[in-house]
Amino acid sequence: MAPRKDNETVIGFLIRRIGQALIVLFLVTVATLGLVHLFPGGPVRALLGDRATPYEIAYYDKLYGFNQSFFVQYLKWVDQLLHGNLGYSAKLNLNVSAEIAQDLPKTIVLVLLGTVVSLLFGIPLGVYQAVKRNSVADYVLTGISFLGYSTPTFFLGIVLVDWFAVDVHIFPPFAPQYTSVASILGDPRALVLPVVTYAFLLYALWSRYMRSSVLDNLVQDYVRTARAKGASERRVIWKHVFRNSLVSIVTLLGLSLPTLVGGAILIEAVFNYPGMGLAFYQAALNVDYQTLLGFTVLATVATILGNLLADVGYAMLDPRVRY
Amino acid sequence: MAMEAQAIAATDAELGLELGTAPRGMFRRAWEVFAENKLALAGVAFVVFILLFCFVGPHIYVTNQVDTNLINTLCPPSSSNLLGCDELGYDQLGRLMVGGQTSLEVGLAAAVVSVLFGTLYGAISGFAGGFVDSVMMRVVDAGLSLPSLMVIIILSVIFHPTPTVIIFIIAVFYWFGVARLVRGETLALRNREYVQAVKVIGGRPMRSVIRHIVPNAIGTIIVQGTFAVADSILTLSVLGYLTLGVAPPATDWGSMLSGGLTYIQGGNYWWLIYPPGVLIILTCISFNFIGDALRDAFETRLQRR
Repeated sequence: MAPRKDNETVIGFLIRRIGQALIVLFLVTVATLGLVHLFPGGPVRALLGDRATPYEIAYYDKLYGFNQSFFVQYLKWVDQLLHGNLGYSAKLNLNVSAEIAQDLPKTIVLVLLGTVVSLLFGIPLGVYQAVKRNSVADYVLTGISFLGYSTPTFFLGIVLVDWFAVDVHIFPPFAPQYTSVASILGDPRALVLPVVTYAFLLYALWSRYMRSSVLDNLVQDYVRTARAKGASERRVIWKHVFRNSLVSIVTLLGLSLPTLVGGAILIEAVFNYPGMGLAFYQAALNVDYQTLLGFTVLATVATILGNLLADVGYAMLDPRVRY
Repeated sequence: MAMEAQAIAATDAELGLELGTAPRGMFRRAWEVFAENKLALAGVAFVVFILLFCFVGPHIYVTNQVDTNLINTLCPPSSSNLLGCDELGYDQLGRLMVGGQTSLEVGLAAAVVSVLFGTLYGAISGFAGGFVDSVMMRVVDAGLSLPSLMVIIILSVIFHPTPTVIIFIIAVFYWFGVARLVRGETLALRNREYVQAVKVIGGRPMRSVIRHIVPNAIGTIIVQGTFAVADSILTLSVLGYLTLGVAPPATDWGSMLSGGLTYIQGGNYWWLIYPPGVLIILTCISFNFIGDALRDAFETRLQRR
């Protein structure tokens, strides 16, 4: 019962959880490096093309260390990663880290704006749906979120471009094409369509979770207690149910961290938005395996970190959760 | 058998026990809940329609989907080409049928492969428990930490996939989630008396897994399978859109959209974009409706009414 003991459980949980995350990190990095060796003829063949001579391939294999055992390659690669070196893109003649430094801020702008807009709509509407469940409004909103689940990202983007950029010239058909974040933010009209596309798909997720979370909480004992004590319905919903329901959204926000790195691939491809996703897609088309590897590792680390944050956040916000 | 049953019933009646109706099976009860959901029934109707459209349709509305016909390039809808033609002169309506075959086949097959494997993996992991479970679940954690879309794109670049290869590329990433869910179910089931009983009478562990654990988790598994179909169709369309999908002359709805996008700014070629897009949405939404209703149907809380 003493709060001190409770703290110890949290720390023990944290240590165990971080230990698990490290094991997962190891497995995932091995798998990712293994991917490079799946390229037909090996990574150097992918880099130099079909007309490279065996001599050239042997030369670059030695230069990049691909002639060594996988174990040695892995250790060297991890050593480089730990020194912040994500690799060097021979196709772009650029450090992958420099590439990321260039593109990541732009993707953060897109993802953050989209997330904020979707939360602003998704959370209140989800609560509303739960409170008015099985009403006409609930059915209509449910239909809209199912539409969000079932619409391919790129199709929504195409349709919005067709309506608002081709038929009616309200917005430009592509995203801001600037290199700096400041000038991207200085062209808000061009940001509207990509952000709306992204926000609509996320909206479906938030509103669904919020609705079911509120529904779960509405039947809990504490709600009955609050009502029995004479709390107004408004107070019951917003002071009690709403705050408890937010817990699951916090978890989901943690889980959506990796979209910062790779999740916006499709939206960036549709609108030609110069961020991480577009760079990754172009690297895939160019078979630029160094960029692919660096981006994938970064996205993986972001996922593991996001999961960790989500779990820890959940344990902190909900004192009943003990692992 | 019937005689025996009657005899037993008679004894029950003699004993003054209430004679109930035959216990309704799980699937029967599930169907009753399912049938009340109008959206799900509409979903089933649409899935039947789209299957007929894609697989029977080409025999009724015969078109050439192998040779290009450049005279017909981008022709608008007319009586000979009901939905017009695409940029290579393929009849668009016929192309929707052929593309739909790929989308549906890949979607269904990927769902079956990933759900089967994920179910076995999750059930074995949960049933084994202890160290084995820990190791097996860390592999799942690792799989779920990989950015799936990114790795699917990389794999498609590496393998220049045929539909069969795409099925496995999609399934490789989908089974992790299924495995985690089934393992959760298994943890709840493994301590039930009937599972313990198999152990006591010396049954092998695989028998428990296949005869007791999996059938009892079948609700969860079917629901996941339904969502998996929708997700796989979406993933395939994403690959098609990124021009990493099946190679021509084969096509799928996503690839058709990708082709149509080139012409979006050059004029009103609505038939290139909206028909495939709408079919993807309707098919996925149907499977999602069905999955949602199945979840309610197998939810035991709702059955006890």
